[in-house]
Amino acid sequence: MSTEALRAPPAGAHAPPLVTGHGAGGPAPKRIIVGYGFWIFLLSDVIMFSSFFAAYAVLFKNTAGGPTAQQLFDLQNTAVETGCLLASTFTCGMASLAVGERNQKWTQLALLATGLFGLAFITLEVREFVSLVARGAGPSRSAFLSSFFTLVGCHGVHVTAGLLWLGTMMAQFYAKGFRQDVRHRFLCFSLFWHALDIIWVGIFSLVYLVGTLPPELLP
Amino acid sequence: MLGKLTWRDIPLDQPIPLAAGASVVLLICGVLIWVWARGYIPYLWREWITSVDHKRIGIMYCLLGLVMLLRGFLDAVMMRSQQALAFHGAGYLPPEHYDQIFSAHGTIMIFFVAMPLVIGLMNFAVPLQLGVRDVAFPTLNSVGFWLTAVGALLVNLSLVVGEFARTGWLPYPPLSELTYSPGVGVDYYLWAIQISGIGTLMTGINLVTTILKMRAPGMSYMRMPIFCWTSLASSLLIVAAFPVLTASLAMLLLDRYLDFHFFTNAAGGNAMMFMNLIWAWGHPEVYILVLPAFGVYSEVVATFSGKPLFGYRSMVIATMAICILSFTVWLHHFFTMGAGADVNGFFGIASMLIAIPTGVKIYNWLFTMYGGRVRFSSPMLWAIGFMVTFVIGGMTGVLLAVPPADFVLHNSLFLVAHFHNTIIGGVVFGVFAGYTFWFPKAFGFTLDERLGKAAFWCWFVGFYVAFVPLYVVGLEGMTRRMQHYDRPEWHPWLLVAALGALIILCGIALQAAQLAISIRSRERRRDPTGDPWDGRTLEWATPSPPPVFNFAVLPNVTDEESYWSVKQQAREQMRLVTPEPHYEHIEMPRNSPVGFVTAFLATLTGFSLIWHIWWLVVLGLACAYVTFVVFAWRDVAEFEIPADEVARIDRANREARAEYLRELPR
Repeated sequence: MSTEALRAPPAGAHAPPLVTGHGAGGPAPKRIIVGYGFWIFLLSDVIMFSSFFAAYAVLFKNTAGGPTAQQLFDLQNTAVETGCLLASTFTCGMASLAVGERNQKWTQLALLATGLFGLAFITLEVREFVSLVARGAGPSRSAFLSSFFTLVGCHGVHVTAGLLWLGTMMAQFYAKGFRQDVRHRFLCFSLFWHALDIIWVGIFSLVYLVGTLPPELLP
Repeated sequence: MLGKLTWRDIPLDQPIPLAAGASVVLLICGVLIWVWARGYIPYLWREWITSVDHKRIGIMYCLLGLVMLLRGFLDAVMMRSQQALAFHGAGYLPPEHYDQIFSAHGTIMIFFVAMPLVIGLMNFAVPLQLGVRDVAFPTLNSVGFWLTAVGALLVNLSLVVGEFARTGWLPYPPLSELTYSPGVGVDYYLWAIQISGIGTLMTGINLVTTILKMRAPGMSYMRMPIFCWTSLASSLLIVAAFPVLTASLAMLLLDRYLDFHFFTNAAGGNAMMFMNLIWAWGHPEVYILVLPAFGVYSEVVATFSGKPLFGYRSMVIATMAICILSFTVWLHHFFTMGAGADVNGFFGIASMLIAIPTGVKIYNWLFTMYGGRVRFSSPMLWAIGFMVTFVIGGMTGVLLAVPPADFVLHNSLFLVAHFHNTIIGGVVFGVFAGYTFWFPKAFGFTLDERLGKAAFWCWFVGFYVAFVPLYVVGLEGMTRRMQHYDRPEWHPWLLVAALGALIILCGIALQAAQLAISIRSRERRRDPTGDPWDGRTLEWATPSPPPVFNFAVLPNVTDEESYWSVKQQAREQMRLVTPEPHYEHIEMPRNSPVGFVTAFLATLTGFSLIWHIWWLVVLGLACAYVTFVVFAWRDVAEFEIPADEVARIDRANREARAEYLRELPR
């Protein structure tokens, strides 16, 4: 059989849609569209965070005679926070698998674990913020602290919103089952949750690790 | 209970804002009573307010933009008349009021006139041109529109409750910090822009997803109409730039509300950071506005020259080049603020580079007209007026991009003349071209051409009479935003500029008359073919107005000018070339009040944030969350249009087109 014959559509079949590459095969399926749109949102969110990162970098040394990062940051607390968030990402991945298996019990359990780890993270962060403010190192003390609280707090607000979303997702899986639109929503949620993890990695490295370097190593 | 709000915040002692505010309130009440008395409310609620149809939302965006144009233009007339009168005197506007007017003028014209009009045109035309049934996220689209409307509402509310910012259209710190602007004016500005900015971001995400993931079969990137390309570029810029705006305004809000120190003089704040951040959004913003306008001109010039667009590929490359370059020039907005010669040199050269792809575009439009059979209908007049005007604005822009020249000209009326030259000559003319071009598609009847042309000439002449004098006084050293002055050599020029504003006012009056008269005589102006301009892209294949599903069957695209080639074949063979398709039922998204409810809650929350009514803020946010959950809980998201209905609508369209072919001269 020649290659020409292989390419010809079987008799009686609909002619295949003209595909010229670059997504010319007609509108994408709903799942792709939802996921893609959410990726674009995440990119915009990352850009917003990058503005806060930039502000932090610009104001890092503007401590106005107040405490510096070196004096304030507690790597131990941050390490536990990071552990919580990474663990919650892992359980969120487990939830994705359970959703794929349409397993209500494991979905709920994995999401519950995700939420608890997230809650632990937020609790630790709030505790850190409260102790900073109590030590006179609140956001009003210096431009450096303003930018620190904004950057880290913005991530915290995202995680808190994520927790609300997560609770809603659990309720939806419980009430609506594994319906297509609920699964699409969960796809977006898990993308969101993982993206927050990536941003936290940036915060952990650029804020906490760099901040606790010995002063002679700082640029 | 009501935070900072007291009776003293209603400006009972200031006649001008009070009269303006009262007349707006009366007008709104009048319209509402009229709508209610005629029994239109159920219709409006069902067909418009809760609509998630991209065409309806696009039209509502344009309507918002046109209404706000009146408000913004009124501010312009006040400024021009103040400067005409305030020679050796105080004029009629006290300084603190004059400052609010120029701040409101800029804010409104950019955020609530240009943005809604451009987004409205994109919303209306892009899915039709792509040959699909709606945008990627129809309900989100509705929410985005309503959030933009909330921003506009808050800005107008500041007329009657409190005051507006006196800090210019971009609130530069430290002036905009609490120390120097203790009133609610800056807060009105900030919350209005934050809320509408979220709406704009939603639209940007929506359009990017739509254009990249939803196109008719066969429509590869290099077969997309050029307006879709420019809309893509503009939407990508929205996604990349608006988060920076949100972040920088959030920092200013934190400074004002929670005593942070991002941009303050004290405690290590850095005001220059605000300039850098805000212009990292601000410069892409001008391309967000002008690129879709370039797309409109491309469609209009090709259609009215009866030729395919010259240099389609170079046009695409030029568009994307502008899209990227727009992020490399922001510092030219503050050459004089001490960045140093090397940095200024880099940004000066980068700014001049943008003239290259823009020049490519100008030549492409000229060569499209060259050898074509050009029809001078009103959309084409706007396009030609644009080419002449924009080239001048572009050249003064390149002049300002030279740092040494900028040191002399910055902050002068020369600059003001330059950016009005590009924004009016580029964006506004483009929007009017698009408005006239797509109006028959949206409503099924054409606009009156005679009045349209008269309006164009008033705008065109009025623009030059209003802004050439500003170039002159700018060169003579007059700085912008002056409430009064005593230099006799400026005075005659400012009188001429005021006359120019009046000529533009005639243009606007003619446009209003054009709309009113065209609506009254709409039966006579019906366009049964759906293709009144002999168009080239897919939107002209639909009936006018298009049915809610746009296309009964998604068209199969085989080349660059998707509709033109099919139409040409049909003309040659004198019959419809596509056989009647097999009609199937179509599922479309159901209407949703979520956008409107969100807008209501956003207004409530925004207002209470401005006035520090904290309990209402909490309540508003809680209700917003409940709204989202209720929306997420819906079980039926779509409704079905039966195949019979689809067939009926499409057969009528096919019959209209067959009729046209039968009447062609043999």
